Amino acid sequence: MRVGVFICHCGNNIAGTVDVKKVAEETRRLPGVVYATDYMYTCSEPGQDEIKETIKKEGLDRVVVASCSPRMHEVTFRRTVEKGGLNRYFLEMANIREHISWVGEDKELNTNKAIEAVRIAVAKVMRNKPLYSKSFKVNKRVLIIGGGVAGMQAALDCADGNLEVLLVEKSPSVGGMMARLDKTFPTIDCSICILGPKMVDVAQHEKIKLYAYSEIEEIKGYVGNYQIKIRKKATYVDWSKCTGCGECMEKCPTKNAYDHFNFGVAPTRAINIPFPQAIPKKAKIDPKYCRQFLKGKCGVCAKICPTGAINYEMQDEIVTEEVGAIIVASGYGLIDMDRLPEYGGGRYPDVITGIQYERLLNASGPTSGHILRPSDKTEPKTVVFVSCAGSRDKSIGIPYCSNFCCMYIAKQAILTKDHIPDSRSYVFYIDIRSSGKGYDEFVRRAQEDYGVNYIRGRVSRIYPKGKKMVVRGADTLLGTQVEIEADLVVLATAVTAAPGAAELAEKLHISYDTFGFYVESHPKLRPVETNTSGVFLAGAAQGPKDIPASVCQGSAAASKVLALFSRDTLESDPAIAQVNTNACVGCLKCVETCPFGAIKEKELRDGRVVAEVIETVCAGCGICTSTCPCGAIQLQHFTDNQLLAEVNTLCQS
Amino acid sequence: MSVIAAKELRIIGFLCNWCSYGGADTAGISRFKQPTDLRIIRVPCSGRVDPLFIVKALLNGADGVLVSGCHPRDCHYSDGNFYARRRLEMLKRLLPFIGIDERRFHYTWISASEGERWQQVVTDFTKQIHKLGPLHTKTEVRVES
Ligand SMILES: Cc1cc2nc3c(=O)[nH]c(=O)nc-3n(C[C@H](O)[C@H](O)[C@H](O)COP(=O)(O)OP(=O)(O)OC[C@H]3O[C@@H](n4cnc5c(N)ncnc54)[C@H](O)[C@@H]3O)c2cc1C
Ligand code: SF4
Ligand code: SF4
Repeated sequence: MRVGVFICHCGNNIAGTVDVKKVAEETRRLPGVVYATDYMYTCSEPGQDEIKETIKKEGLDRVVVASCSPRMHEVTFRRTVEKGGLNRYFLEMANIREHISWVGEDKELNTNKAIEAVRIAVAKVMRNKPLYSKSFKVNKRVLIIGGGVAGMQAALDCADGNLEVLLVEKSPSVGGMMARLDKTFPTIDCSICILGPKMVDVAQHEKIKLYAYSEIEEIKGYVGNYQIKIRKKATYVDWSKCTGCGECMEKCPTKNAYDHFNFGVAPTRAINIPFPQAIPKKAKIDPKYCRQFLKGKCGVCAKICPTGAINYEMQDEIVTEEVGAIIVASGYGLIDMDRLPEYGGGRYPDVITGIQYERLLNASGPTSGHILRPSDKTEPKTVVFVSCAGSRDKSIGIPYCSNFCCMYIAKQAILTKDHIPDSRSYVFYIDIRSSGKGYDEFVRRAQEDYGVNYIRGRVSRIYPKGKKMVVRGADTLLGTQVEIEADLVVLATAVTAAPGAAELAEKLHISYDTFGFYVESHPKLRPVETNTSGVFLAGAAQGPKDIPASVCQGSAAASKVLALFSRDTLESDPAIAQVNTNACVGCLKCVETCPFGAIKEKELRDGRVVAEVIETVCAGCGICTSTCPCGAIQLQHFTDNQLLAEVNTLCQS
Repeated sequence: MSVIAAKELRIIGFLCNWCSYGGADTAGISRFKQPTDLRIIRVPCSGRVDPLFIVKALLNGADGVLVSGCHPRDCHYSDGNFYARRRLEMLKRLLPFIGIDERRFHYTWISASEGERWQQVVTDFTKQIHKLGPLHTKTEVRVES
């Protein structure tokens, strides 16, 4: 065997705390190693060329690259050795940067550890087998989860690219948070006016199939071939008959249902269409409030409906669909005011959230666009905005910035002045974060042209005093305490992961961070991919993001899917399990443990029953391999032999 | 020579590719300093870790073994870590019967974003192994038959 080892300096990243020359020197002594060198940037073009040339010149049949994490460059170097004429699985990497040079301070210890890392890689690579991918057909349909602006953008881009799109939205209408906004910063254009046409396009596009009021029940399969179960939740209204006339809503005697769309700013009816521009514009019953469900009698809507669409017996329906890729655009949530006790914790009617204020500002909102205090329906003259209500606050477990609140507060303060010219607005802020295009100018306009008073400091308490709310906080620029008597207080509540984000991640096998936001493959280089191939991210599901950024990412995710589907076939990962039928005793324990149902039993010609791996279904986890009592089923590239060789190398030396 | 005498002990870590190996990478990217004793073997899933690997390592020269995978319910392969948890918990209880202090073996869950947690786990586990000292200079047989 002729192993060649390439040790990367990574500039000073590795060479700074690892003696790379010594690593090369020690490596040269290892059995099987015929060549070892150190190189400034192995991943650079000349670096890769050097590997290719050395393979030929030295007749190498195995290559070890000691550099950064294989999670970063394994694909790069596999390609390199392949171009050099070797099977791509004849490469191993030793991670001497992330796991060694960057975390250890002692050069001697680091160097020794790096030598060891190379030794393991050499031991492993000598036992590597050539593996070959098979190609399989791609199902060129895409599933998009979440019909906010990010999901809709992705859906339209994919559909315009001639792909068949399934858009699954859990609420009764598409639109997400943007549909609830009044105007949008920094242009102050009407939110629904720019979103509405997109919503209509989504509904009318012949390539888009919309599943509203539906959720993902189950996801199986792999890139190119996913099987999806979708739960169409019971609306108790036959949508094929409902025309959206709204008669039922008018006559429904239950007037105290919680209005999810308006975040409870005003109650709604038990049967309702969430908002005038809803897509699809169909009614649905909330059985938590409906008298027919609670008391067993009422039936008013059924009597009134001109098309006879009401059906109190309706059940959830499960449909199965097949797709080749998935875009997750499930958006974000906002923290409950209960988690902010110092701000009243949701107990005072005149302390509301930013999104509730959007609904008050909105002409099609519950107050027809008149700003009225919830307590006595009067017009507030003094409005105080509190930024970072929960955000950047370690004590409640949200250390991060919610990204768009500074901007929407400026917007809402400007709009307040437009609505009530003799009003005064105050903004308590910690920093103003307004780095987008035209953003800082916008905040300045609020201050200079609209006379919004910006006070730098955190609000410590909000409490009632007569008909007013007292907002007490620090003014850190003046170094004093300030108290403002407000008619209305608006909290920019912190952005959180969408409700149910974790459950969805588990179905998709993608990771989420401590806060529930989905983790991208690489924060800089693969921002819309996940580590599960074929699953992409868009919008605020990945972290708080404003509309321009969400739309951008929606388009980016769509372009990734289009690129993926530009081929008719994909290559399978050959690092999957394989059964040695001679050793298999047919206990079929592996069949039971495989999480993907990738193993089935097979009868041999002599009647013996053994296990067989379904190649396209095996995901390559190796759970079967550690289950098999006879070592008969081995995960290729991570066989018992290969892993034990690594263990032995570490132990014996 | 595998470890530098008097400074290091032999600790082997099996890390799943998706979460914990990524967590160790994140710790690296954030330059979270760690003791150097631990050597990492990459496996696709914590469910791939055969308890026998651990036994072999401890019998053949390792002073400690760490296994780390994705948090339960957050496994890239859906439930590999549940299998791992069952097997590894069982192993932990059996180790004393082959004369090995079970504190020499630890399994945990670390996600790709938890660089700080990785640093903590490595530091604590390395400290623990140093407290127990080298395995192969003494006989650890404690269980009476
Ligand atoms: C008060 C306020 C004012 C704002 N003002 C502005 C502004 O002026 N300008 C601006 O640029 N940004 C503004 N924003 C930010 C803006 O709301 C977001 O940038 C935008 O909504 C993000 O879009 P999205 O599609 O990623 O997420 P969302 O709008 O949250 O959409 C996600 C969609 O996915 C659905 N969904 C969630 N989970 C599932 C699931 N499991 N299955 C199926 N569907 C699911 C949801 O029902 C929702 O329809 C404001 C935000 C707030 C709170
Ligand atoms: S567990 Fe092993 S022996 Fe049993 S059926 Fe599967 S491959 Fe065969
Ligand atoms: S490696 Fe084994 S357990 Fe894992 S998916 Fe493949 S066959 Fe199933």
